[in-house]
Amino acid sequence: MSNRIDVRKTYKLFINGAFPRTESGRTYEVKNAKGVFIANPCLASRKDLKDAVVAARAAQHGWNKATAYNKGQILYRLAEMLEGRRAQFVDEIVTITGVSKAKAEKEVTDSVDRLVWYAGWTDKISSLSGALNPVAGPYYNFTIPESMGVIAAIAPEAPSLLGLIDSIAPIIVGGNTVVVLASTKAPLSAMSFAEVIATSDVPAGVINILTGKKDEITPWMASHMDIDGLDVSGLSAKKHADVKTAGTENLKRIYSFKSADPGRILAFMENKTVWHPIGL
Amino acid sequence: MSFYGLVDGTEASLKKYLGSLSGVDQVGADARAAMLATRSIKTTSKRWAIDTAITMVDLTTLEGADTPGKVKALCTKAVRPDPTDSTVPSVGAVCVYNDMVEIARTHLDLIGGQHVGVAAVSTAFPSGRASMVVKIQDTKDAVEAGASEIDMVIDRGAFLSGRYIEVFDEIVQIREVCGTKAHLKVIFETGELVTYDNVRKASFLAMAAGADFIKTSTGKVAPAATAPVVLVMLEAVRDFYAMTQVRIGVKPAGGIRNTKDAIKQLVLVNETAGPEWLKPSLFRIGASALLNDLLMQRMKMDDGYYASPQYVTID
Repeated sequence: MSNRIDVRKTYKLFINGAFPRTESGRTYEVKNAKGVFIANPCLASRKDLKDAVVAARAAQHGWNKATAYNKGQILYRLAEMLEGRRAQFVDEIVTITGVSKAKAEKEVTDSVDRLVWYAGWTDKISSLSGALNPVAGPYYNFTIPESMGVIAAIAPEAPSLLGLIDSIAPIIVGGNTVVVLASTKAPLSAMSFAEVIATSDVPAGVINILTGKKDEITPWMASHMDIDGLDVSGLSAKKHADVKTAGTENLKRIYSFKSADPGRILAFMENKTVWHPIGL
Repeated sequence: MSFYGLVDGTEASLKKYLGSLSGVDQVGADARAAMLATRSIKTTSKRWAIDTAITMVDLTTLEGADTPGKVKALCTKAVRPDPTDSTVPSVGAVCVYNDMVEIARTHLDLIGGQHVGVAAVSTAFPSGRASMVVKIQDTKDAVEAGASEIDMVIDRGAFLSGRYIEVFDEIVQIREVCGTKAHLKVIFETGELVTYDNVRKASFLAMAAGADFIKTSTGKVAPAATAPVVLVMLEAVRDFYAMTQVRIGVKPAGGIRNTKDAIKQLVLVNETAGPEWLKPSLFRIGASALLNDLLMQRMKMDDGYYASPQYVTID
């Protein structure tokens, strides 16, 4: 018989490369599919969002300046770290959603593969979507996609890990930084994924993860003047109109996605056109 | 010079005066400052605190790369911090290097900023390592150029090696140069004074020598205006008022970057020295980045949503 007491993980937020508790001191209960208590993650407040946006803004210039090669390496590193902790993620997904182990394993495998896939896009997106435009004059005229800035995202409720990765990766591929609100019902993999991020050379502030209630955080995301775009894929369609109304005030780009494709990366990029004289 | 009747200008009397001071309970000061920092200031109180803090800002630029253009831009911002909102009050003063004083004063007068003071850092700022002749000339230059406030640094080397009378005489001489034209703020550089006892001692020394304000730091050394240090200085001005019926001002500078920090300072003032000190003539905050954060918090309170740094000026 062992007298050892369980060492349980405290689920905190991930802001600016650190794991703070919510400034509000609030938590909420997460239960599994059968109603059994699992954990007390943080119930993030609007002030946590504010802090995360400050961190994301400060990190954006440096992340945008990093070479495409470097960004790709870091995204690939995320995949490596996730692969190494496969068992833990499978276990968390099974515990909280009650799906079979095989199904959970598939989600983790898909997540790793998805990260590798996004990693590959970093040095290809501008050549594939950019253009050399024909103009009537002795000039080259290029159009290239550039980062938009700080993007907020609402991750879908399920699948909690793969959905989170689809909310984060396409945004940072384009040189943006992100503040993501994780799945409310299944936030455990999100906070464990933050540990993966923390060990993957992702600069502090590039990815920030909050856990909490969508209805509480979304309006503040939509109205925040320093968030340039918003991915509302995790929000039910009937709520899109409200968010879009609030976001119109500050010209926020608001999109929702159903699948992972390069369009998802380009949605949060802006095209820049450059004229360059042709020499003799 | 009467020195409030506390000392007669001799080394013996100064030693006796400083020796009579009680020590500072370091753990107690840290705990009290930490406790006061937990006060929550909301809604109308917060609004009042933000506007009060704006009027107390000494908007500062002390860089080797300062240019006349930058100083003029800073003056414009000092008079009207938010160009889109005329209800935002002007700041207390602009704080610049000696050679920029005339440019600042002229520009402020030109744009209707007569009510905004110009503070000049003086006496071989920030190190204080120069001969007395140079320090006096430095101060004279600034006063003649139109500085209404002189921020002098003390010779920390002399202070730390116990040559208090040297520090005292220096302050007295600079006070004389300032005359009635300029207020004198004495900078201790508390980050170099090591103990709270030294901070208290320096405060009483400077106040007796004729300082109108005591100021924590130059902003060039960390740590700068930590809450316990400001607390110790506020207790010193409170105790000095009890002894002499004269109110001396306090100016924390360095490391106060956001609204939360500024409001914590105001709480310290109110709870330590008292509400009489909650005005720009007795409390100033030396800062540069702080003003933008105060403006953004003000916008947030007016608009109901978070503001972006893209809507305030770049310093």
